[in-house]
Amino acid sequence: MKKKLLRDYFWVILFAVFVLGSFIFGFEPGKMIYANFRQFLAEIVILLPLMFLLIGLFDVWVPREKIERHIGHGSGPSGMFWVILLATVQPGPLYGAFPVAYILFKKGASARNIFIYLGAFSCMAIPMYAFEIGFLGVKFWFLRFTFSLLVFVSIGFIMERYVGKDFKIMAG
Amino acid sequence: MQILIVAALICLVLSLIVDRKKTFTGIKRGAKMFLTLLPALLVVLSLVSIFIYLVPEKVITEYLGSNSGALGIVSAALIGSVSLIPGFVAFPLAGIMVSQGVSYTVVAVFITSLMMVGTLTLPLEIKYFGKKAAFMRNILSFFGAIIIGLMIGVFFR
Repeated sequence: MKKKLLRDYFWVILFAVFVLGSFIFGFEPGKMIYANFRQFLAEIVILLPLMFLLIGLFDVWVPREKIERHIGHGSGPSGMFWVILLATVQPGPLYGAFPVAYILFKKGASARNIFIYLGAFSCMAIPMYAFEIGFLGVKFWFLRFTFSLLVFVSIGFIMERYVGKDFKIMAG
Repeated sequence: MQILIVAALICLVLSLIVDRKKTFTGIKRGAKMFLTLLPALLVVLSLVSIFIYLVPEKVITEYLGSNSGALGIVSAALIGSVSLIPGFVAFPLAGIMVSQGVSYTVVAVFITSLMMVGTLTLPLEIKYFGKKAAFMRNILSFFGAIIIGLMIGVFFR
């Protein structure tokens, strides 16, 4: 446990030592770097607890299993709606979506909807909205949301044509 | 910012009224995620502090500001494509970038390519989707990210 903590915070400790040393020996660049750091930290520190509070609550209240049950029923527009909805309730890095894409494929989702799922998973995760709005504003969030939707739905259509009928997903 | 405070308070109160136990589980999960990401966040903050010290603001606005043109956009897309930064760290970073004079277009391209294009995870993606589909999805996403950024830029003039 202690070892893990030390490893996780190795660079942070190194930075702290550097800053401390700068103040002791009067190294001006170090002091200025610390001033930047403090300013950035202050900008973030008020927002972060609120965001993680929202994410935690989101995690316990959204019934993912209920949404999952709707996947695979048809590959038309309603299928598209459900894959996008499923994608938005799962935060995480894109590679976390690959195994889910395999399950969607097994359940009979179309290639188009699978690529739309990947797009929605990467840019539209609801828990990230708090972060995006907090740091970049509502306007930015709304614009990126709208244009991303347009772009990755288009990518879904292009990919469907490109991969053809014999498209399949392996179990990784 | 005010929106977020109000939203968080409303959600918290509603959640407490409906189910106290569930609410505490949620708070605990949020706190746990926060602690997991804290070291990465602090490292990025210290790197940015050093970067901002070394690179004068004039240079940043010149190469990544709203009049920087194609060079800033393409480099943002390339850097975003090869980086693996969680969104929890990327958005605070993006906020700092904007406050330092980086244009919204460049920030949007960086964020979007970061999330949609995965160069480092490409081998894994190939295992699932095959070479053909994996390459094509990443190439389309790369240009998609640039298009999204340019469209956002239109509204921030």
